[in-house]
Amino acid sequence: MSQLQPVGPVSADLLEEAAPVVEPKRWGPVVASVLVALAIAVLFIRVVPDGVVTTFRMAGGQGAAARVAPWVIPSRPGLVVLALFALAMAVWAYRAPRRANLALGLALLSFVGAFLIWAAAGKSLNLLAMLQSTLVRAVPLTLAALSGVMCERSGVINIAIEGMMLTAAFGAVLGTTLSGGSLWIGLLVAMLTGLLMAWVHGVLSIKYKVDQIVSGTVINILAVGLTSYLSGRFLQDPAFNWLNRAGTFAPVKIPVLNRIPVIGPLLFEGNFFFYLTIALVIGLSILLFRTRFGLRVRAVGEHPRAADTLGVNVYLMRYAAVLLGGVLAGLGGAYFTIGSVGRFDEQMTAGRGFIGLAAMIFGNWTPAGAFGASLLFGFADSLQTRLQILGIPIPSEFLLMAPYIVTIVVISGLVGRATPPAADGQPYEK
Amino acid sequence: MSEQQRLESTTPTGQGPRQRSGVAAILEAATSWSLIPILAVLTGFIISAIFIVVTDPAVWAAWDEITTRPGFFFATAWRSVATAFGALFQGAFGSPYALSESLVTSTPYIFAGLAVAVGFRAGLFNIGAEGQLFMGALASVYVGYAVTGLPAFIHLPLAILAGMAAGAIWAGIPGWLKARTGAHEVVNTIMLNYIAYRLSDWLLNGPMKRPGPDGRPGWVPITPEVLPTAWLPRFFDEPLRLHWGFVLALLAAVGVWYLLFRTNFGFEMRSVGTNPKAARVAGMRVALVTVAAMAISGALAAMAGVSQTLGVDRWLGQGFSAGYGFDSIALALLGKSHPAGVVAAALLFGFLRSGATRMQSAAGIPIDIITIVQALVIIFIAAEALIRKIYRLKPAAERTQEVFTRGWGSA
Repeated sequence: MSQLQPVGPVSADLLEEAAPVVEPKRWGPVVASVLVALAIAVLFIRVVPDGVVTTFRMAGGQGAAARVAPWVIPSRPGLVVLALFALAMAVWAYRAPRRANLALGLALLSFVGAFLIWAAAGKSLNLLAMLQSTLVRAVPLTLAALSGVMCERSGVINIAIEGMMLTAAFGAVLGTTLSGGSLWIGLLVAMLTGLLMAWVHGVLSIKYKVDQIVSGTVINILAVGLTSYLSGRFLQDPAFNWLNRAGTFAPVKIPVLNRIPVIGPLLFEGNFFFYLTIALVIGLSILLFRTRFGLRVRAVGEHPRAADTLGVNVYLMRYAAVLLGGVLAGLGGAYFTIGSVGRFDEQMTAGRGFIGLAAMIFGNWTPAGAFGASLLFGFADSLQTRLQILGIPIPSEFLLMAPYIVTIVVISGLVGRATPPAADGQPYEK
Repeated sequence: MSEQQRLESTTPTGQGPRQRSGVAAILEAATSWSLIPILAVLTGFIISAIFIVVTDPAVWAAWDEITTRPGFFFATAWRSVATAFGALFQGAFGSPYALSESLVTSTPYIFAGLAVAVGFRAGLFNIGAEGQLFMGALASVYVGYAVTGLPAFIHLPLAILAGMAAGAIWAGIPGWLKARTGAHEVVNTIMLNYIAYRLSDWLLNGPMKRPGPDGRPGWVPITPEVLPTAWLPRFFDEPLRLHWGFVLALLAAVGVWYLLFRTNFGFEMRSVGTNPKAARVAGMRVALVTVAAMAISGALAAMAGVSQTLGVDRWLGQGFSAGYGFDSIALALLGKSHPAGVVAAALLFGFLRSGATRMQSAAGIPIDIITIVQALVIIFIAAEALIRKIYRLKPAAERTQEVFTRGWGSA
């Protein structure tokens, strides 16, 4: 599938011409979906006794309208349905190779559902709280993934997202406290910090043509050094630790909509970052695929020489994309401090930047795909806190590994190989 | 030899010294080879010094009086840097104890730096040294305390081998994934780092937790003490902790040099690293080399953990590794992925870090300043043009000729 789709009326003709091409079968997702069905059968159906029920509560939100009756599922039949669903997805992945990733995603979702039914068999689990924490955890991952999408679409690999977010998280706190408590200034400073780190990445990798992976790694190391040094020097010093009391954006309740049962507390009571993320996913999809700027960025990422011949300034486009990516990473970093806990802790991003990178790949370098993948990772992340409450017989350390293992599986293309932009990672020499 | 040298000159990270004849030529080669690294380290230090001054509240206070007492400002700024670096050098060289500690700190650095260097030579970026080191340390400590009744000459090698095997497997996974699916080893090794942390958390709180004095499960998440038969012997009496691990590290450097530059397999590795497509066309086993190089790299990284646990700590606790994983990248780049260069760089960093511990306690400068120095050093080495610009050196010629023409102002 070409990344450079023509825009406008021409596209219909071209698509018709391309239609007869037979899509190659992709066995990865098919096999994986079958395995998911088998896993549900072996791991869960076998061990859950007959007649047990699983109760999902939907507690949360406010007002009588937001209260919903708990959802009681007979455990065993529920599991069987999910296993069959995973098999159906395998068939779909076989029949429609283009939708194979989506089919596998849904199969994995059914596995997660089965896991929950098994974990909460004979007990009750607050599903709404879990979905809420999924969305909350997906926010920084999505912002990180969007940063990656932006950079890599222009052909610059960005493994420095982690470092950009870390410094921006720090910048957000300082900006807020130094300006006397203005979270908006904190946000602005975070964006500028991300921009600055992205500029370093741009200069090193575009101007000096340093290996983009080395350049990204350097920024990650520099970020850890700078923030830990400044944090040790000031934030942990009693004379200065007021600098670390930034506070957070309060949740914004959207009137009327937030009284819808389940959906209301889930989608319309988030904080500023949640709405921002949704807006950015939509905005960047339009920017990349519906505007002249987006077309140029993608052209530069696919075939810089051709773009150059047509008069596109490759360096300018790459700088623009990388800097925009930096701003996005800056927003993601701000989330860690002024979006959630209100203070900076050393190395608080804890690999989220890299997981965002995996989400970008799983999402096939598109903003919407990245968001979907981030939701999956966010869910894996939120599993462990919830499941510890249920007291299931898996050590919490192993549940904590889940997002990282999912990342390896995704990156390694066991899920089906994704196609990066053709010139991703290649410095351009005029 | 000549073929290998030609390959060397085209290897992105490998520039060996050109030998013409006589002492002068060797000297010249040595200077030209180390000029950029030396300038990079120097510049890193200068920038860090400025950073220390700028972030010192005492200097801010003096700045307020700069119009009335300009001398006081400069004296304060100077004192700020001098106290910091004074403590650093005291802590690194100031006494036999300091010297021994610096060498002890250098030991894991040599291993970890060699690990990343081997990867670089084969075109692999192993950021997972940290996790491999953890797995190696866990395995060797386990053999060290759980296997009993063996004489030292069996027990110690067994513990070391167990550690190396664990590291090799932990690094072999991303190597295999890369060879099999093309998945980039950078993200996978980082993910395996986090998995290794979680795994060690679990082991240290569960199966490998040290029992309390009454025999029931203990409270502290640390392993039992390694039996003396698995200790790496120390050279001197307490408190000097210099141990045989240091010698092993130097031997490993020689071994890596021999492997890379004197064996067919090393040649294959470097060819794959330089140009995998050409290597494949030439009939080289790219997949095998990729997995093997990662495994060797992982075994070396594991030795960093093994030497530390069997030689110094003799048990393992949470948060055991002090960021060797990321430091090792700086080491490999600084040493230009050559074993001799890596050893030199590791000694430098070992002395720095050992001294920085004292700097933290004596001058209140967070030890993380060393991380900043490291990042700057990598930047300046990777973007050599930047250093050349700062010091107005001649720009490097084309890659292939670079090695022949590099020198201080003379072509």
